[in-house]
Amino acid sequence: MIQLDNVHKSFGTNAVLRGVNLSVERGKSMVIIGGSGTGKSVALKSVLGLVKPDQGTITVDGQDVQTAERETFLARFGMLFQGGALFDSLPVWQNVAFRLQRGHLKRPKGEARAIATEKLRRVGLKPEVADKFPAELSGGMQKRVGLARAIAAEPEIIFFDEPTTGLDPIMSGVINDLIREIVVEMGATAMTITHDMSSVRAIADDIAMLHDGVIQWTGPVSDLDHSGDPYLDQFIHGRATGPIEAVR
Amino acid sequence: MTHFLAMIGRWVLNMLAAIGRLAWFTLDTVRHIVTPPFYLRELGQQLLQIGWLSLPVVGMTAFFTGGALALQIYAGGARFNAEAVVPSIVAIGMVRELGPVLGGLMVAARVASSIAAEIGTMKVTEQIDALVTLSTNPMKYLTVPRVIAATLAVPVLVAVGDSIGIFGGYLVGVNRLDFNAAAYMSNTVNFLEAGDILSGLAKGAAFGFIVAIMGCYWGMQSGRGAQGVGAATKSAVVSASVLILAANYVLTEVFFST
Repeated sequence: MIQLDNVHKSFGTNAVLRGVNLSVERGKSMVIIGGSGTGKSVALKSVLGLVKPDQGTITVDGQDVQTAERETFLARFGMLFQGGALFDSLPVWQNVAFRLQRGHLKRPKGEARAIATEKLRRVGLKPEVADKFPAELSGGMQKRVGLARAIAAEPEIIFFDEPTTGLDPIMSGVINDLIREIVVEMGATAMTITHDMSSVRAIADDIAMLHDGVIQWTGPVSDLDHSGDPYLDQFIHGRATGPIEAVR
Repeated sequence: MTHFLAMIGRWVLNMLAAIGRLAWFTLDTVRHIVTPPFYLRELGQQLLQIGWLSLPVVGMTAFFTGGALALQIYAGGARFNAEAVVPSIVAIGMVRELGPVLGGLMVAARVASSIAAEIGTMKVTEQIDALVTLSTNPMKYLTVPRVIAATLAVPVLVAVGDSIGIFGGYLVGVNRLDFNAAAYMSNTVNFLEAGDILSGLAKGAAFGFIVAIMGCYWGMQSGRGAQGVGAATKSAVVSASVLILAANYVLTEVFFST
């Protein structure tokens, strides 16, 4: 289980997280929603230890993320970044098999390539893509490669940072379905941040809305449309008027 | 008046903080150089990028500098009938000073900028974060191979540049200034000492270290967007160039002050 307790984080005078409390149960898919700049990415990166909170604790299965042995701890995670974050200098298969070519998960080159090809197939990409470079791929294909890389080492926990940003609706649907299928198939715990409501409904078991540095609302996806929370209602219906200021 | 003093105080504090960050980065790099894991494939790639691919620019710079130096020394030496010193001064000047300094500056322009832009872009596009999530330390994977490669490659570039520069002087001396070819060569060889060559190579190693550290440091410090990467690139080249010239003075004091 992932547990955030009273997590605070400021950048200069900008207090982004002001006491976030959140639990993500093992094997569940939690989607964090909220407007741009509300600290969703900071919350996600705090769990990975990429950002150090000013206050509060974050634990994964009871282990504090700040004191955990880094390599072992991070080996439990896979992450799909917003822009893919593929390594430009490496061909696609080496991007996917990156973790399998170094560290304690290292495999022989042939085996690493075979796993990469299989993961590419899993996300709907042909083996010919394996030898291309990221710059030769479309945005949708890059997301798929990023997804293949995130699942290559079969992690227990997968994070998705804005998985459909910049994609057309059809490709967004494809990515959403893939994420859902893979998370269910692997039995992984998933944490996704997005403001794409189609992603929310396709991916989530549970939802948390981050607003003004705190979790404004959290509950199962089935409660999304009748939460009674004015902030959540305004957000999911995309209304300009309501408790959330349209100009931030 | 108080406002002015506060401004100076802030500037001094910011400067000290920047020096501290750079010193810490350098120490951290050295620590990672001597502790595993080692990424040998990345080191090989960087040796190719920094060493082999810098050869044309360093070689051409040295060639033309050697030729110009021969002309200058000949013209200057003619004022007190010392034209004959051209071969020895070209050789000593290239090996002790111009080879390492110009080689270092050309590598700074080519490599520090490229490293800062590459790492800066990786930071902006979250590739550095991706490395961390893939259990790979960016210092070990990105900084260490570049620093080792530059520290090893630049002395080699300097050695090759020295030879090409002396050859440039030789061509001008023999073909333009009517020196006897055999006499020019023997004068060059007779006046050069091992210490001249070794001091130049040591300078090359120091300059290579500076170039890579500056490129990596500014790349890692890069701000967001194209402007941030552009600023990081500029800072890398400027700081590497200035530090090379400063280090050159210090090393010259160390090697030749007695």
